Amino acid sequence: MEQRRHPFTQPPRRERDLGACGLCGFLNRDGRRVSGEVIVRGIANMHDRGNGLGGGFAAYGIYPDYRDFYALHIMYDRPDLTKETEEYLRRNLEIAQSEEIKLFDHPRVSDHPYFKRYFVQPPDTDRGRSPDDYIVQTVMHINVHCGGAFVVSSGKNMGAFKGVGYAEDLAEFFCLDEYEGYLWTAHNRFPTNTPGWWGGAHPFTLLDWSIVHNGEISSYGINKRYLEMFGYHCTLLTDTEVVAYLLDLLVRRHGLSFEQACLVLAPPFWKDIDRLGSPQREEYTHLRMIYGSAALNGPFAFLFGFTGGLIGLNDRVKLRPLVVGENGSTFYLASEEAAIRALCPEVKIVWAPVAGEPVIVRLEEDSSKKNHDRH
Amino acid sequence: MTVIDARGMYYRELNQRLREGIRQGEHHFRLVNVEGQRYIADGIVAQGVRVDIYGVPGQDLAAFMDGPTVVVYNNAQDGVGNTMNGGKVVVHGLAGDVVGYGMRGGRLYVRDNVGYRVGIHLKGYQDQQPILVVGGKAGNFFGEYMAGGYLILLGATTDDARPVVGDYCATGMHGGVIYIRGEVDPHYLGREVRCFDLEESDIKFLTPILQDFLTELDLDLAVFDFERYTKIIPVSTRPYGQLYAY
Repeated sequence: MEQRRHPFTQPPRRERDLGACGLCGFLNRDGRRVSGEVIVRGIANMHDRGNGLGGGFAAYGIYPDYRDFYALHIMYDRPDLTKETEEYLRRNLEIAQSEEIKLFDHPRVSDHPYFKRYFVQPPDTDRGRSPDDYIVQTVMHINVHCGGAFVVSSGKNMGAFKGVGYAEDLAEFFCLDEYEGYLWTAHNRFPTNTPGWWGGAHPFTLLDWSIVHNGEISSYGINKRYLEMFGYHCTLLTDTEVVAYLLDLLVRRHGLSFEQACLVLAPPFWKDIDRLGSPQREEYTHLRMIYGSAALNGPFAFLFGFTGGLIGLNDRVKLRPLVVGENGSTFYLASEEAAIRALCPEVKIVWAPVAGEPVIVRLEEDSSKKNHDRH
Repeated sequence: MTVIDARGMYYRELNQRLREGIRQGEHHFRLVNVEGQRYIADGIVAQGVRVDIYGVPGQDLAAFMDGPTVVVYNNAQDGVGNTMNGGKVVVHGLAGDVVGYGMRGGRLYVRDNVGYRVGIHLKGYQDQQPILVVGGKAGNFFGEYMAGGYLILLGATTDDARPVVGDYCATGMHGGVIYIRGEVDPHYLGREVRCFDLEESDIKFLTPILQDFLTELDLDLAVFDFERYTKIIPVSTRPYGQLYAY
């Protein structure tokens, strides 16, 4: 790729290709951890679904030595801008370890931010907040108030790696072959409505929720205002952010099951609810009425990763592709079957989920006890 | 026969080699290790050319194609036969969404299930009549806005619990014919169509097509039970003919 003379003011020079974002992910249900080299094969296969303006990965199980600490990945505009944020972290959290995130000086990832990682715990607090709530508020504070800093991820034993570039180049940039996880998701971006910038790349995360998304959330305005009532600040100029926060609200704070949360995000049409029998009809009606402002409109396929599993969901009329593959204890989800076959050439079962019906895959019980303490 | 190993090859080079081969008079290509390359055989206008594909071809396979026969010995992805004008595509597996979009000629056979929006905007004119046959089941919006040609859905190669066709089938249809083997939920149909039993002329039309489908895919299926079929046609061929001219 040629060096660009105007990296900021001009979009990358290339022929006009029609494209759409690409996503893929897999879960080893037995908790077996594999190197980040694997997921790269899948997302690189769908190179043309992105345009080099965003790529990223979420990885789970990568910090077993610090599994009980929240791992904050923070990007800074410059190394000398860490001071304010680190001062805030020191005042508000116990920091077990802080270190630079190892980067490779990649010829195709130029002019990048500076990355650090902190393993932290909230202080013992009597203010009635759960540790998770405390971390959420910390993340929101840094993103809104600490100039030059942005929290990329904040979950336990997981992390997000993302930026501007092609996903396969960013994987080399972040040295992902040196991490091992049991759950990986990946995204390459073809920004349409919002700018391509480092913070705006996928995945979007909060605690151990991570989301990669293909499509556009045309209900963004309603969802954003709804979330603001619960203390979430949407700072990223990108529609996908609301999905991560909505899932946090619905599942972690309101106690809905993942199945119910997906019914909220992609509710069946009223004409279909009317044809259901009791008590399903009542349940679906209640969810639509209570959470009308949390419904997502517009075309989407997204992958949602969390400590205990992986979820794939399509919009109600399937305006974006999603394919599922299974091989042994590993579950694959991707925009295209070819990406699944790049991840696993011998994949046995391949199918396409029904619109609006989530594919929910969970870690097997034993491994989930080993790997996490939530959900 | 020319064998092209597509492993690691960008789609442009793959298609350039295909076109170059055809220019030099090659009639039979075997593409091996295909790994999701887009646009294979797109826009190729040639008679008597056959392209065998091993591996999963990418989006828009055989789009705008006119003449060749493309046989996929695996699953295919989205947009197979997009605006195809002539020739034949045979898929020994399933296919994704928007298969046969705006197709205007030729034949497209898929052995297993197809996704959403299959056969939408299918169109036909005089002897230019596309025929799309699906051995499995179809998702929502099958034949939406269909304007001509023939969609044939057999529901015969899968035993999953889904209905043979999804919701919004034939919505906005104003031309062509859909034949579906198995129960069609009237709630799933557009308002501008009506269902009929097959007549002798339908059976005469369908029989050789089904035989060709089974032969091409090397299948032995009992799909000649024509009493199980439903024929769906629009009740008006020009429902919007007066829209701007009343």
